[in-house]
Amino acid sequence: MGSFLSLDGLTKRYGPSTVVDGISFGVERGQFLTLLGPSGSGKTTLLMMIAGFVPPSAGEIHLDGRTITKAPPDKRNFGMVFQGYALFPHLTVEENVAFSLSVRGRPTTEIRTRVKHVLDMVQLSHLAARLPKQLSGGQQQRVAIARALAFDPDLLLLDEPLSALDKKLRLGMQEELRSLHQRIGTTFICVTHDQDEALSLSDQIAVLRDGKLVQLDAPQRLYDAPRSRFVADFLGCDNFLDGIVTDVGDDRFRYRCGGETFVQAAPGGMVRQGEPVLLALRPEKIRIGTAPADDLPNRLQGAVVGASYTGTHHRTTVDVGAGTRLLVAVPAAEVTVPLSVGALVWLGWTADATVAVYGD
Amino acid sequence: MATDLRLAIPVTRTALRLGDDAVAWAMVTPALVLMLTLYVYPIFQVLAISVTEPKPGLANYGELFDSGAIQRVLWTTARICIVTTAIAVLLGYVVSYVMTAGSERLQRTVLAIVVLPLWISALVRAFAWVVLLRREGIVNTALQSLGLVHAPVALVWNDVGVTIGMVHYMLPYAILPLYANMRDIDRRCITAARGLGASRLQAFRRIFLPLSLPGIVAATALVLVYSLGFFIIPAILGGGKTLMIAEYVWLQISELLNWGRGTMLAVALLATVFALLGAVTWLVGAKRLFGGGSHD
Repeated sequence: MGSFLSLDGLTKRYGPSTVVDGISFGVERGQFLTLLGPSGSGKTTLLMMIAGFVPPSAGEIHLDGRTITKAPPDKRNFGMVFQGYALFPHLTVEENVAFSLSVRGRPTTEIRTRVKHVLDMVQLSHLAARLPKQLSGGQQQRVAIARALAFDPDLLLLDEPLSALDKKLRLGMQEELRSLHQRIGTTFICVTHDQDEALSLSDQIAVLRDGKLVQLDAPQRLYDAPRSRFVADFLGCDNFLDGIVTDVGDDRFRYRCGGETFVQAAPGGMVRQGEPVLLALRPEKIRIGTAPADDLPNRLQGAVVGASYTGTHHRTTVDVGAGTRLLVAVPAAEVTVPLSVGALVWLGWTADATVAVYGD
Repeated sequence: MATDLRLAIPVTRTALRLGDDAVAWAMVTPALVLMLTLYVYPIFQVLAISVTEPKPGLANYGELFDSGAIQRVLWTTARICIVTTAIAVLLGYVVSYVMTAGSERLQRTVLAIVVLPLWISALVRAFAWVVLLRREGIVNTALQSLGLVHAPVALVWNDVGVTIGMVHYMLPYAILPLYANMRDIDRRCITAARGLGASRLQAFRRIFLPLSLPGIVAATALVLVYSLGFFIIPAILGGGKTLMIAEYVWLQISELLNWGRGTMLAVALLATVFALLGAVTWLVGAKRLFGGGSHD
């Protein structure tokens, strides 16, 4: 197989429960891959198997053509950033970063220049003599990254690297991680449960569910063309329409849902007349108004039953009849109609706003 | 309404705090009086006797340097205490390490087993060891029937017997501070060290061992201090042949009625213990020594 790192049927069982179930995929050299999934999806166990801390029950791991399935963690030459960082509390920043080099018995002068280089890279040279507990969360995070990169690893593994930081810092660190990845060109594999983080950081995202790989795609593809309800839901899609296909055209089809007929653009054209179809509709793709919008092929009237304000958006729940509720996110600056509970509104969306998903 | 409340709170609080102080003092006073009359006062009495009997002056303390008998006792005490402490801390380290690496259930089970002997009187345990270790005891019988030795080995009424008994007694005091310390060590640091290329041994030596150092110091201090003044076990398992300082003090006072010498040694022991505790507190901080973990 051509990939730099490839997993082949990797499985982990603990007693009767299978935590990671036959996962196979490849990671190209220099890529930023994110393992995304809810807690219990097996993403951390998968990362720990790649790192060598958890022995797989079945399957193989290959790096650059070599099989490393049974290699102990200290022989893999992978850098790892742990959740909560796991910095050595009794060593200074400098000693933490130098650790990997000094256990490899590198000469002192080489260690000194290398440590300085890595600390410069994360802009922490001025704190080299501090102990970890004297640093802020963001600084500790950067020490953990510097420590993991000091020995020029073949692969950098990151376990929920940003989860301990507050929101503002997290966004800043996302930026830093991205630019660091671009500058050094090392292959990164990152575990997260935060879809925004995954979307903004990665070249490729592997979505895991119950130990299985459900979709591996570039962020844009994953967002625009989720293949299952689970992926769409996990990536922040709140509305699903259960319909029956009524007629199929060249590049679009019609379907009935709750007594209304809607149009769906279907570049792939994989549906047949009379079949059930599930469509995912993102809250921010719905337009809301007091009258039906003539330029939108899909229109629906409903009553506002819930409204909340998130700062950037008004998130409005609209009852469109027959017990179906749609969540609409309206950018705060574009609110032109009263969105208070009880107001009657018209919803509308374009033919390509929805995406047909197949399977759960 | 809200403003009223906010104004009212500080007033009530101040009133309560004054009351709290009075209550606290009332609760502490009986214990304080008891400590002063039954503990502090007698200690000062002992100190006074040591510099006044048989005649005023520091003559008693001079004996520390020129009495052969006393120096022999001091040497025996130091030797046994150091060996006991070394063995107890080493064994305690192994037990604590296994405990903290194990499951929550294993930890609780082992902890119960460790703490259980504390409820059994030292006297009972000392005699139990005599039964096990004497010439016709189970240990010697076993050794002989296995053909490991031809004649019974002297395991009791000497240094060996005293050390065995003391190590057994001191083990919980070594394990508890070590266990408390090791439980606070983030095991992911070891994982991280391994991931960074350290072998098992390197990860232990460079990460775990330094992090467990406060525990080692605390356990060493506790066991050493406790061993120094130990009486029952050395008295029974030493059989008068291995004489340690506490038994010697008792001999001076109740058998020889040499109050001056006895109290002088007691004061010297007390001073040594305080000096040791002072040194350790300075080394690792009282909070770590007496619990409170490594979180600052």
